[in-house]
Amino acid sequence: MIVELGHYALVLAFALTLIQSVVPVWGAVRENERLMAVAPPVSIAMFFLVLLSFTALTIAYLNSDFSVQNVWENSHSAKPLVYKITGVWGNHEGSLLLWALILVFFGALVGYFGTNLPAPLRAATLGVQGWVTAGFLLFMLSTSNPFNRIPNPPAEGNDLNPLLQDIGLAIHPPLLYVGYVGFSITFSFAVAALILGRIDAAWARWVRPWTLLAWCFLTLGISMGSYWAYYELGWGGWWFWDPVENASFMPWLAGTALLHSAIVMEKRDALKVWTILLAIFTFSLSLLGTFLVRSGVLTSVHAFATDPARGVFILVLLCLFIGGSLSLFAWRAPLLKQGGLFAPISREGALVFNNLFLTAACAAVLVGTLYPLALDAVTGEKISVGPPFFNLTFGPLMIPLLMAVPYGPILAWKRGDLLAASQRLYAAFGLSILLTLFTFWLWGMEKVLAPLGVGLAVWVMAGAVAEIVTRVKLTEVGLARGFARLKGLPGSAWGTATAHFGIGVTALGIVASSAFQEEKVLTMAPGDTVNVSGYAVTFDGAAPRQGPNYIEDVGHFTVRQAGVVIAELDPSKRLYPARQMPTTEAGIHTLILSQIYVSLGEPRDTGAIDVRIYYKPLITLIWIGTLFMALGAVFSMADRRLRVGAPKPAARRKAVPQAAPAE
Amino acid sequence: MRFMLMLWLALVVGAASAFAVTPDEVLDDPALETRARALSANLRCMVCQNESIDESNAPLAKDLRLLVRERLVAGDTDAQVLDYLVGRYGEFVLLKPRFAAHTLFLWAAPPLALLAGIVGIAIVLRRRKSELNTVSAPPLSADEQARLDALLKRDKTD
Repeated sequence: MIVELGHYALVLAFALTLIQSVVPVWGAVRENERLMAVAPPVSIAMFFLVLLSFTALTIAYLNSDFSVQNVWENSHSAKPLVYKITGVWGNHEGSLLLWALILVFFGALVGYFGTNLPAPLRAATLGVQGWVTAGFLLFMLSTSNPFNRIPNPPAEGNDLNPLLQDIGLAIHPPLLYVGYVGFSITFSFAVAALILGRIDAAWARWVRPWTLLAWCFLTLGISMGSYWAYYELGWGGWWFWDPVENASFMPWLAGTALLHSAIVMEKRDALKVWTILLAIFTFSLSLLGTFLVRSGVLTSVHAFATDPARGVFILVLLCLFIGGSLSLFAWRAPLLKQGGLFAPISREGALVFNNLFLTAACAAVLVGTLYPLALDAVTGEKISVGPPFFNLTFGPLMIPLLMAVPYGPILAWKRGDLLAASQRLYAAFGLSILLTLFTFWLWGMEKVLAPLGVGLAVWVMAGAVAEIVTRVKLTEVGLARGFARLKGLPGSAWGTATAHFGIGVTALGIVASSAFQEEKVLTMAPGDTVNVSGYAVTFDGAAPRQGPNYIEDVGHFTVRQAGVVIAELDPSKRLYPARQMPTTEAGIHTLILSQIYVSLGEPRDTGAIDVRIYYKPLITLIWIGTLFMALGAVFSMADRRLRVGAPKPAARRKAVPQAAPAE
Repeated sequence: MRFMLMLWLALVVGAASAFAVTPDEVLDDPALETRARALSANLRCMVCQNESIDESNAPLAKDLRLLVRERLVAGDTDAQVLDYLVGRYGEFVLLKPRFAAHTLFLWAAPPLALLAGIVGIAIVLRRRKSELNTVSAPPLSADEQARLDALLKRDKTD
């Protein structure tokens, strides 16, 4: 019953999206208040309907209702409660429902809180959001319905894929989806601006918090997924340049560029056309990612043809949205007036530089991801494009970008002084040189690139600190007054510095962990000890253990430093009987910033076991850096000017007539 | 999205467990072993979802790892090992595609994208500058011209 209710709610929500797609947009174009007023309540109603639908599916999972095909395929009565809940979105149909839920939630937020937006912009934005929602709901109802019943319900379910039975799964997809869907709002704003033919600095100010929010969540989502693979896949890799990862990384790159170009638009009224285009690109890349992941085209271009319904549907959706918005762009963009000239060496120039390299990097990832598919489809030739390609093309594009990061926030708007900016960065530069030399001294000349990488990362980090220090003129006004001034800095300044610092932190983690890691691959008998980077790791023995829905062999390891026990590790190999699938759980001990990573291989008949042990210096910095980036986004979102909003309501403007005579 | 990757690993390979290089594969000569590892990282496990044979524990990956080491021990150079594998399995085995006619666009695209961006920015900047020059100096009206002439004349007479 509750399942049918959920299904019904979904159909009803779809019907509402049809109204939302037409009425408010028409109203916005015709400037009809009553038609425009439809949008906010409908957006809120849509949210509650999809929420009802999502709740219904969750209840079916909690009750282990195996008469629902989706539950039967992806759940098991013995599954722990938390995985029953997260299992709702651990599959194609359920994750689409989560996607749709977040989509309408964001729409409802714009509907409910968007009162400071001009009415036509709000109505058109919600209308465009309605198009996106309609597309996804129709896709679900026609090809991927999570509420399908099975005529003769089996007694037991197929269980969730064991790799997905992890707390990482609970957090990773929702974070990613909030990111993707957040960019759909930016997209809707951009298309609405094109429809209305009006865009100004205030537009950038309204769009900015949404972009920041989406970017923040996407950053966390990618980072979370990376850490999850790191401990779940069992060989210590944390980034694979897999098409599925690239699918989430491309919107991140484009979104990062968007974040920066929107600043120029807001502050200087320039780069309007480009910002709109980036907003369209960013969401298009999110859609493209969805297509790549959902259609099966990645496994083989031919798999796409054997089960075409879903793939074709998303492809059509993709063409409609990307093609439609780009056509609209080509038609309407010339209407947007450009403003704000600037010299090449200026804050704007630096942000353009940022956009140039991020876009080129995004193009590199895009081509590398799609090229093998295109080549196969066109000529039938099969090639692989893997990490070596991306390291060679993406990597070099990041170096100039990282070198320029500290300059960006220090250069003045309109016309900057490179020499003066360099003088403010001399301490950061000195520190970076010092640490480069120190790394050379520590490791010798065998690894030439690594110390330079360390230097670059330190340069970015120190540059971010230097920005804050010079902004408050700490060295000139003294510590006490300097600290007082720190408090007065706007949120956006803290946001910039924190996020840039995070970039440096992540870069340092990447360089250090890949260049200086030590790896031992060996067979260990109980009692054996091996030395890894100064840590003695002893294998004490292995024993079987019974989990709630799996059985596992757990190895016990003791880590000693100078004879003192500092950690005990229990890596394991699990077998999930429901799917007869093995997984590995790495044993990881964190030493402040570095990690010892132990992963089990095949057991030998003699009681010995194959083991892979790593010492990964500073590896946690990779993920700590992303936390800094996300925190930076939060600081920027907290900036007062975003809350106050650009448009002052008429009443408020009248209330303070004498306060602003300077205008 | 990564959980979809996991799904594939699980579905396609049937196992994402354990690890790749096993101790009995490791060569005694550390220099050769280092080369073998470096080569392995650039070779695709062809039954896997975008994994190198260094990372995969699929049986095929193990066979390939052993093959690479066999060739190295036999005295092949790195290039010869790669040629041998490409001859046997096709170019699909290389994670780093060779630079050739059919991969020209692939390798050229990233630098071209950067170049196109630079050229695009240069064109836009130049056009905006010239636009602004023409726009910022609208022709003077007859009245203004007369006043300007008067001013200039007075300047000269001073």
